[in-house]
Amino acid sequence: MKSSLLEALTKIVGQQWVRHRRAELATYAMDGLPTHESVPGLVVMPGTPREVREIVRLLHLIQVPFVARGAGTGLSGGALADPDAVLITLTRMNQILRIDPIQRRAVVQPGVVNARLSEAVLPLGLQYVPDPSSQAACTVGGNVAENAGGPHCLKYGVTTNHIVSLEVVLPDGSVTRLGSTQGEAWGPDLVGLFVGSEGMFGIATEITVRLERVPESVRTMLADFATVRAASESVSSIIAAGIVPAALEMMDRACVAAVEASIYAAGYPTDAAAVLLVELDGQADAVEAEAITVHDILVDRGARQVRSASTAGDRARLWQGRKKAFGAMGRIAPDLAVQDAVVPRSTLPAIMDQIEGIRRQYGLTISNVFHAGDGNLHPNISFDRRDPDVAARVRSACREIMAACVAVGGSITGEHGVGSDKIDYMPWIFDAETLGAMRAVRRVFDPTELANPGKVVPVHACREWCAVKSARTPTLRSGQA
Amino acid sequence: MSDAIYTRLRALLGTTGVDRDVNGVPRATPESGDALSLVCRLAHEEGWKIRVEGRGTWLPSDAPADLAVSTRALEQIVSVSPADLVATVQSGTPLEALRRRLADYGMWLAVDPPGRPERSIGSVVATATAGPLRHGYGPVRDHVLGCTVATGDGRLVNAGGRVVKNVAGYDLTKLQVGGFGGFGIIAEVHLRLRALPRADVTLLARGTRDALTSAARELVSGHLLPGALELLSPALAAEADWMLAARFVGTDAAVQADVRRLGSLGELKWEPLPAERTAAFWSVAARGSLGGPITLRLGVLGDGVDEAIDLLAHDLDEGLVSAGAGLGMIRWTGDAPLERLRALRRAAATREIPMTLERAPWPIRRALGHFGAYREGVGQIVGRLRDTFDPGQCLSVALEGVE
Repeated sequence: MKSSLLEALTKIVGQQWVRHRRAELATYAMDGLPTHESVPGLVVMPGTPREVREIVRLLHLIQVPFVARGAGTGLSGGALADPDAVLITLTRMNQILRIDPIQRRAVVQPGVVNARLSEAVLPLGLQYVPDPSSQAACTVGGNVAENAGGPHCLKYGVTTNHIVSLEVVLPDGSVTRLGSTQGEAWGPDLVGLFVGSEGMFGIATEITVRLERVPESVRTMLADFATVRAASESVSSIIAAGIVPAALEMMDRACVAAVEASIYAAGYPTDAAAVLLVELDGQADAVEAEAITVHDILVDRGARQVRSASTAGDRARLWQGRKKAFGAMGRIAPDLAVQDAVVPRSTLPAIMDQIEGIRRQYGLTISNVFHAGDGNLHPNISFDRRDPDVAARVRSACREIMAACVAVGGSITGEHGVGSDKIDYMPWIFDAETLGAMRAVRRVFDPTELANPGKVVPVHACREWCAVKSARTPTLRSGQA
Repeated sequence: MSDAIYTRLRALLGTTGVDRDVNGVPRATPESGDALSLVCRLAHEEGWKIRVEGRGTWLPSDAPADLAVSTRALEQIVSVSPADLVATVQSGTPLEALRRRLADYGMWLAVDPPGRPERSIGSVVATATAGPLRHGYGPVRDHVLGCTVATGDGRLVNAGGRVVKNVAGYDLTKLQVGGFGGFGIIAEVHLRLRALPRADVTLLARGTRDALTSAARELVSGHLLPGALELLSPALAAEADWMLAARFVGTDAAVQADVRRLGSLGELKWEPLPAERTAAFWSVAARGSLGGPITLRLGVLGDGVDEAIDLLAHDLDEGLVSAGAGLGMIRWTGDAPLERLRALRRAAATREIPMTLERAPWPIRRALGHFGAYREGVGQIVGRLRDTFDPGQCLSVALEGVE
């Protein structure tokens, strides 16, 4: 990239916060997904909202595209920048600005690590609920961009349900505040529109989140089943009984085997076809009573064994395998293609059969770990991308799995976002008109499409929308007033 | 002109799809999203103004227009999937009809908006008018998974999807929820359902407003998990004093545990409402919001409820007020001149309280706008979004007022 740009950026943030050497830039060539790679032209690391504004204003002035990035743990190739673009890394902006325990709000900078926020509010009896698997590393800003989820989103909702207000730098460098601390907007729900826009509407520089009380009582149960179908039916029965567990997580045999073979071994039965984790929370008496109901359902649906834990230590042990499942899978082979799809819950057993068929057809190792309560699947393929034949089979298998999920009325992503990885699948679930609407909305925020270009919306598949104001303003024709 | 429009609409929709309102304005009642989009496209091409109507039970059908488009014939419950906790419903479906059908499946939509039971689901979504259950189940946006919308120029957009967790593409649904029809007319919605609660218990306490709001704060900071915790003004409750209504919804065990603990907390004397009167109580409270021509909401937090009600009492009156005593959303219904309403919005804005006009006669809506006191930059974004979704400015919707 031009040395004048390097100079101008250096002037804004200081020399130590700009990266331009090839070896330095290579660090930023990937996010959490090993199948996509792109080396950015420059990396700049602002430390304040003012620096973000100045950087964006400069880039807008000279029409250079940019990509905002948090910790780079994303799983859709969404935070990758092309060689003609500047990567704006926000991890230096990691201050928790305010915590209001009465109103249950926290105001944070985008680079605050998800788990750190929860740790900071825990002594006040509060928690920040969205808990993606990468929570020890991922940032709240990245969570906002991707509308991140996690196991506890079944009961409490995903990121969008926990963000009440945002200060954003728009792609022209102007600053605006969306939403309010109260959660009631000053106008249409622009916070809702911004969350999950994958860095294409601007950069959030200050985020006000809703905090929840830590529940009085929590009970975690672990059941294992001889078939995935039986485990899935338990899930449906629990929900039909009117119980909304805090989490309902399932792991298949391959996933359990990976966990138990790793240092994260949690004592899960390796001969089970499926292991189900159920977490109940709420008032002590209620949790106690609901646990009995859930236990009965699990046994009734064929659980071979049900373990139960209510102390923090015992619960952590039951969770350990699930929380570390991705890490354990990562040990099977050099690379892990983490997939993310959603199906209507009732189709879970059928879709699991199809995934097994695809696995056999392509001769791959697929481990399934998923949020069974909301039908959010993660069929993960362990492979070695250095073998081009294997890499090609992985791509084909991913595509077929996605097609199967879409065919039963599902979605191509439940929490990881579209990014680069799933952009080709977008026309599978959205027609040209709707894709056109998305692009038109993107242009409302970013008329010259500088922010994270080339992601989410496949431009070639959009019907053209013209957002130019019509010269003619209709007036009443029939005289009715 | 009106005759020509009437004739063109009949050519498009057939004789049963078009009539006239009491003032003779042609009114289209399309039966499908496609037909709805055709009407919008025609209006866009001809430069006709459209008045958006639901079933006519919430916003008055009085916006000036060349034609009205009503969703009342879009009343099909397209599908209910109990195992997936999802329903797809046309926007003109009356809430009460939906409630009954869902109950047949053992399902429940945890939304209890103000107004009549025959209010359309589309109007609830378009105006984002949540009721007391917002406390436990969230605002309207949390219940809408996706929607099909006809834009002002007749494009049909399918936002979101039918699964409970979905981050594919931008979340265009959020723009339509609470967009008051300014970004298009909703044809169909995908709703997130819950299992019909096994237990549904309401308890009432009466007293001074101060006593009730401070008790409510105490309850919320305890580990009680009510579905609703609503403060009702004497006029709304038809009582001599203020009333605090706590509704516990869920499994028998959870509800019993909450009710037991409620009795042991604080000084208030709680009186359980007999089960057979529960539905009627909440329905009367919801209908109370129709007790005047104007309804507005103020967004405050729990500990701001008292101050905001004082503000209402000062600028308007203390008449029909319903307030989420835990989370703070306040709804006021009554009558007031425009200047008082403007003054209230200004006074609220200086206290960082957003005021949304939910319902009012057209002259008030036009002058005041559903929204106002935008933060810097927001008005521009909203204006450009409107240009995108209604490039011909055909939709007669007053998102912002005129000074």
